[in-house]
Amino acid sequence: METVNALLLIFILACAVSVSLARSLLSAVIIFMLQSLAMSVVWILLRSPDLAITEAAVGAGVTSLLMFVALKKIHAVRTVKHEQHNGKA
Amino acid sequence: MNSITEKLKSFIDNGIDALDDEMLSELGAPETKQAPLKPEKPQRQAFHIAAKSRLGRCLHLCSGVLLCAALISLMLLTVSRLPAFGHPDTLSHNEVSEFYVENGVKDTGAVNIVTSIILNYRGFDTLGESHVLFIAVCAVMILLRNSPTDRSTLLSAYANGDDKDEPHDDLILFAGGRIAVPLILMFGLYIILNGNISPGGGFSGGAVIGAGLILYLSIYGYPASSRFMNITTFRAVSASALMSYCAFKTYHFICGYNGLESVFTRGVPGSIFSGGMLLYLNIFVGAVVAMTMYALFTLFRKGDF
Repeated sequence: METVNALLLIFILACAVSVSLARSLLSAVIIFMLQSLAMSVVWILLRSPDLAITEAAVGAGVTSLLMFVALKKIHAVRTVKHEQHNGKA
Repeated sequence: MNSITEKLKSFIDNGIDALDDEMLSELGAPETKQAPLKPEKPQRQAFHIAAKSRLGRCLHLCSGVLLCAALISLMLLTVSRLPAFGHPDTLSHNEVSEFYVENGVKDTGAVNIVTSIILNYRGFDTLGESHVLFIAVCAVMILLRNSPTDRSTLLSAYANGDDKDEPHDDLILFAGGRIAVPLILMFGLYIILNGNISPGGGFSGGAVIGAGLILYLSIYGYPASSRFMNITTFRAVSASALMSYCAFKTYHFICGYNGLESVFTRGVPGSIFSGGMLLYLNIFVGAVVAMTMYALFTLFRKGDF
């Protein structure tokens, strides 16, 4: 169990560093989502399942969704339609 | 000769920006004179900063890293001074937590100590937190909500079938949603209703329900979800939940302690209707949180409910 804990914490640290180093905003948000997911597993290992549920729903779910929508609003991600258009042209 | 006078003239006319242009053209960057000035500006400025002050940028980076390292070491130092996790002696140094552990079930009738703390002993804090969520949604609504003209154009666009962001005839998405959405909503309800006997409660369950509603909106589109989740629903549910919380808590402050007889009995610890008013408070908090999540998402998405 100790090794699983250590691995998860190392994974979270790596995620946190790579969020700040990520080139595209979209991949930064996805890495952030992964970090939240790993964090919720850590909460379960620390025996607080209620926090794990909240972390999974808010941290990995709603926050990332809000960031996706915000990225789309500021045209930081190319939508599918855009790509198809570019492909045809 | 001519070029020098031109240069001076442009310097007088345009100030420092013109000189930057000259510097750029000397450095071999593409000529920006013919191009319209406005769109080129950010790129040029960025280049200017990068070329001019490499030393300054290095200093900036170094000071940032040093500050970050100092902050991290400060926090790690603080964490190292905390009592060891799960150590049997740590609780005995803290009377408050010991009191909660010993008297939580007896005082509130809730098996889940976390719920008994955040909704009974510290119920006033939770009231403030719910209001913070409500105020956050109000602020987002002020900033992002469509004006009536924008709303009518949005609705007429939907009526004309010009809804490019909504899914159309996606069989896999619809079939998956038919399975996933009810399960998620039911799980959220379960967490809320069992808040006083199992891990979870209003906040976690409300977040799960909000995520389920967001999933429904993303799968079935705005027209389907706005049939039952609109501004009227949001207003009614949020406001009535917050006001009921206030009313219940006021009643609790007057009658809850000092051995006065209360309408809400503590019940048998471990059953659903135990813990007095904790079940109802959990439902109110869950309603507020779910509405907040959904409202934030839909306001960010289309600026409307």
